[in-house]
Amino acid sequence: MAKYNSHILVCGGTGCRASQGEEIVENLKQAVSDNSLESEIQVVRTGCFGFCEKGPIVKMIPDNTFYTQVTPEDAGEIISEHIVKGRKVERLLYTDPENKEQIADSKDMGFYKKQIRIALRNCGFINPENVDEYVARDGYSALGKVLTEMTPEEAIKIIKESGLRGRGGGGFPTGLKWEITNQVENEEKYVVCNADEGDPGAFMDRSILEGDPHSVLEAMAICGYCIGGSHGLIYIRAEYPLAIERLKIAIEQARNLGVLGKNIFGTGFDFDVELRYGAGAFVCGEETSLINSMEGLRGEPNVKPPFPSVSGYKGKPTNVNNVETFANIPVIINNGAEWFSAIGTEKSKGTKVFALAGKINNVGLIEVPMGITLREVIFDIGGGIKDGKKFKAVQTGGPSGGCLTEKHLDIPIDYDNLIAHGSMMGSGGMIVMDEDDCMVSVAKFYLDFTVEESCGKCAPCRVGNKRLYEMLDKITQGKANKEDLSILRNLGNVIKDTSLCGLGQTSPNPVLSTMDNFADEYEAHVKDGKCPAGQCKDLMEYVISAETCVGCTLCSRVCPVDAISGDKKQAHVIDTVTCIKCGACMEKCKFNAISIQ
Amino acid sequence: MAKVKTLDDLKKMREQLQSKITLREKSDHPEKMVQIKVSMATCGIASGAKETMNYLIEELDNRAIDAVVTQTGCMGYCHSEPTIEVHVPGTDPVVYGNVDTKKAEEIIAKHIVGGELVDGIIPASYKTANEDDNEK
Amino acid sequence: MDIVKLNIDNKPVVVEKGATLLEAAKSVGVDVPTLCHMKLHDMNYENNPGGCRVCVVEVEGRRNLAPACKTECTEGMNVNTHSLRVINARRTVMELILSDHPAECLTCVKNGKCELQTMAQNLGIREIPFEGEQSHYKEDRSPSIIREVDKCIMCRRCEMACNEIQTVGCLSAINRGFESVVAPAFEMDLEKSTCTYCGQCVAVCPTGALSEVDHTRKVLSTLVDPTKTVIVQTAPAVRAALGEEFGMDAGTLVTGKMTSALKKLGFDKVFDTDFAADLTIMEEGTELLGRLQKHLNGDKDVKLPILTSCCPGWVNFFESNFPDMLDVPSTAKSPQQMFGAVAKTYLADQMGIKREDMVVVSIMPCLAKKYEAQRPEFAVDNNPDVDFSLSTRELAQMIKGANINFEDLTDEDFDNPMGESTGAGVIFANTGGVIEAAARTAYEVHTKKKLEKVEFESLRGFEGIRSATVDFDGLPIKIGIAHGLGNARKLLEDVQAGKSEFHAIEIMACPGGCIGGGGQPYHHGDTSILKKRAAAIYREDEGKEIRKSHENPFIVKLYEEFLGEPCGDLSHKLLHTHYFDKKKKVEINND
Repeated sequence: MAKYNSHILVCGGTGCRASQGEEIVENLKQAVSDNSLESEIQVVRTGCFGFCEKGPIVKMIPDNTFYTQVTPEDAGEIISEHIVKGRKVERLLYTDPENKEQIADSKDMGFYKKQIRIALRNCGFINPENVDEYVARDGYSALGKVLTEMTPEEAIKIIKESGLRGRGGGGFPTGLKWEITNQVENEEKYVVCNADEGDPGAFMDRSILEGDPHSVLEAMAICGYCIGGSHGLIYIRAEYPLAIERLKIAIEQARNLGVLGKNIFGTGFDFDVELRYGAGAFVCGEETSLINSMEGLRGEPNVKPPFPSVSGYKGKPTNVNNVETFANIPVIINNGAEWFSAIGTEKSKGTKVFALAGKINNVGLIEVPMGITLREVIFDIGGGIKDGKKFKAVQTGGPSGGCLTEKHLDIPIDYDNLIAHGSMMGSGGMIVMDEDDCMVSVAKFYLDFTVEESCGKCAPCRVGNKRLYEMLDKITQGKANKEDLSILRNLGNVIKDTSLCGLGQTSPNPVLSTMDNFADEYEAHVKDGKCPAGQCKDLMEYVISAETCVGCTLCSRVCPVDAISGDKKQAHVIDTVTCIKCGACMEKCKFNAISIQ
Repeated sequence: MAKVKTLDDLKKMREQLQSKITLREKSDHPEKMVQIKVSMATCGIASGAKETMNYLIEELDNRAIDAVVTQTGCMGYCHSEPTIEVHVPGTDPVVYGNVDTKKAEEIIAKHIVGGELVDGIIPASYKTANEDDNEK
Repeated sequence: MDIVKLNIDNKPVVVEKGATLLEAAKSVGVDVPTLCHMKLHDMNYENNPGGCRVCVVEVEGRRNLAPACKTECTEGMNVNTHSLRVINARRTVMELILSDHPAECLTCVKNGKCELQTMAQNLGIREIPFEGEQSHYKEDRSPSIIREVDKCIMCRRCEMACNEIQTVGCLSAINRGFESVVAPAFEMDLEKSTCTYCGQCVAVCPTGALSEVDHTRKVLSTLVDPTKTVIVQTAPAVRAALGEEFGMDAGTLVTGKMTSALKKLGFDKVFDTDFAADLTIMEEGTELLGRLQKHLNGDKDVKLPILTSCCPGWVNFFESNFPDMLDVPSTAKSPQQMFGAVAKTYLADQMGIKREDMVVVSIMPCLAKKYEAQRPEFAVDNNPDVDFSLSTRELAQMIKGANINFEDLTDEDFDNPMGESTGAGVIFANTGGVIEAAARTAYEVHTKKKLEKVEFESLRGFEGIRSATVDFDGLPIKIGIAHGLGNARKLLEDVQAGKSEFHAIEIMACPGGCIGGGGQPYHHGDTSILKKRAAAIYREDEGKEIRKSHENPFIVKLYEEFLGEPCGDLSHKLLHTHYFDKKKKVEINND
């Protein structure tokens, strides 16, 4: 077998593929062959590296050179310079936004320095379509160990002692869930993997399935053994075609390898996995809705109890875990509960994957130890706020979470701390806002999503969220009064208090948390009719300064609704009634004569 | 693909497959192992740096020494090509000149395994490859 | 039996394990308000999606409020059903529901009988602090049922009735979030769906979202038309329920008052559908005996069991769901249609009026009868045998509108010849009644012996599916009974699979039979009302002098003077029908 001197890892995640990642792979292979280096250089298509801000990513092994924003045209140069001549292609290196220095080795990048990759251990490292690479990374050894050396109870004990909690949002102790399902007597039990990732901006589950599908299959089989079930179902949204494709390949390979199917490791344990596709309804991430959907019923939740552990799919005991939760399992089995529980905080062990998005320099996917502060995540890993603007807030937990502010930056992130401060972990979305963001509009944005995604089963969520949205809309239009604010708060509290499922029980969080943390901003909208961030169109006016305007007429020519009048070389005026506040005039004005008031 | 029937099957399979990714695993923790950088500028290539590099990789592997061999650009010692920098954990990096395969074997045997310096070190005023790079 | 002890509003409560907070509260006299929840005790059906959230209560130590209808009691729970937090939440939820509900109470068909209205009143809702969009859907009018979908509050009771009780599968929740609503698939019209018009959805709807097509105005205008002779027939189940509309106890028989009221309303003749029920027994019983005789003679082609065909909801059901079995049910028309057919021929002749000058109105406990009356095969030259079919509720409305003090009315008798009936015709109203009536006649016809005890107790009851063997003087006749279309489906599937051993099966679409029909006064989930109506029907039967259909003198006379013999040529023409394959009917709306 040829021994490769170098591996070139190319990100094959959905994001980088969309930016011609496939062509990069092809061109690199071509360049390797043009230089007759086939026996020395291996080009590998891996899962996501997480640094999506600067994708497509190409990583050179073994020197760890991290090339960013690579195009297919760069392939030749990477081979001829880096491989043949040993010279790094400097223009493709990452530049630190703080000190403008180029960094070649990914280990030296702020983005990676503080990360601990457990769930993402194989993402961006192995070829997800090659089970050999997974096996070489200790793949399926945890399953082997559990099946041959442990009773289900012993394995569950490890998971319990590790302190692992559900990564999908609720944070329920995983080992306890397994134990409950294990203890329910039934001949037929199901293991369900919840891959119905739906938080806006979150894509950790997709990345894991695209980058390391076998880890989830292995964990599901371990779970099956622990709870006494031999059927695995992965509920995945149909909008994840690449993840589906990779899962299908992985399932096929695992069956061929004998780690799925009958009599696994000769122990008599049978386990197999099938895929179920969801249509992308957010509420189907809630486990009872997910099960209804898998049974062909309307995707809406049931009142719990009974919990799926007792009565789930087809009325049978069903253990539902999220993708990221499963991805942690094999490592915990291999490295032990103590190793895992040494990471994190007292009640939140291990790591958490977050999707950084919004006004942050390093948009992407990161995995950090529980207990890290928001400041470290946003400024050290995330590289701070875009364009040097001021940090204003960060929304964690997606539409179910809340907005945290400057004063929360040094709180150690874990399940309980986030809830204590009016937000939640959720599936790990983190959307960063800067000084230009209007917090009422932010809340409205999330409510718009919730209104769209409510299933309509319970009244408070079905009607209440709609009314919340309408009241926020009224505020952003300057039409609300002070009484509306107390009605809004009461409504938010009642929706939380009375809704049937997690969606409605958390949907007012964006409103309530922004009301708590940015009360002055709400009041400015209501009392003064002003949007401090200058975002709410109805509350702003474009004005031309008579002193500064030279009467060049450029603004009046660019105005799409002829709202600007004035003679040549005379100061112009905007008719605020006609003006649609598109901002085109301000953009065009060369004399900074137009401002928003 | 042969079916894995027992845990031992899996372990054997893993051992066989390990080499597929050791390079990547090593690159995760290069500071824990021997790092060798081979100068691969035009002069280096012309004087046989490629052969030296391949030899180093092969030999280190044969001796089961955990090492990372990477190429680097011109170190500026064109008079002594091929040049390599050897960095054994816990010691200072050392640059050797005129490293052909014979010299390379000696460096592995004496410096890396034995821990004693070998002839051919480029004098004390050298700059290490790192300082020459732009990455610092 | 495991028990659980808890406290509700500071009262100690002991309940069986598994009881809900709602049940526990009720046991100590605390009536937690509910809206979507509906438990049909005697039928073992329960609608509790936990969706309206009106029944929320505060449980000590719990993060959020708990829906009483879906929360199981646990040991040591401390529950408060009317804390400030609960009352505020309950009112806010109610305000939300009302904010998406048309404020049309005064003109709504459900005005005064609406559970949403009552709830708003009980909770003291005086204004709605939320203004915003209301959902709008098109109104859907079928021949029997109107869907005013804007009034739907997503309680899902109709969905439960349509899917779980009836297994018709026509109504279900569609769309999402604020737009979600209960409707047929693809929002198609009921008329294009597999709806059987059984009306059980209407029977359980808490608001005016589902109601019957109202024919009262049309009937009123024919009553004052001097060129028309308007006659009315009243179905057996109506007399056992109409009183409820006037505040009388459930199970009060109001036969005489009803007759009196109809006469006061201006009907020219007041007849009884029970007469036609007796006629049905003559035809259906003869058909049964005919098929049975052939079967006993070893005829392999004869279809058994014979299925009753007097329930129009059931007819619609098998036409849509079992089109391969159209030759299994009896071909006998329903009593309503037999009445119409005889009235517009025999009776019109006797009265010396032309067919087109006679208007036949029926008072039915049923909404499917409205559709049945409009079936084209039940008309001659576009003149229907039955012109208008009114529900019990519509009749009550007409009586109220005519300023008639119903309670004080003096009993009056039906007119003749089509007002005379036997006890057998009366029990058509109850599940098991049709087959019992048939058995009374078939026994005597087959054995040529007098039946000493006319009550077949084994055929009575409230179980969804029942079976009994009736001894025809040594010949055991196996009889099956189902009420509720879900139960009917089970029996039918057995017949389809060739597993059924019954000679005859009676099916009624509505739980309890016609007494529980979709056109009856609203029971609001209290199924004891149905039992009281059923008991009243059996009382009426007991009070009758003649209790076997073939002994009805006017029936005997009708055959002598007009029809000839049961299942004879004229009978076939007037009193029998055929069925259609409606499976193909279902199509998706293109509009």
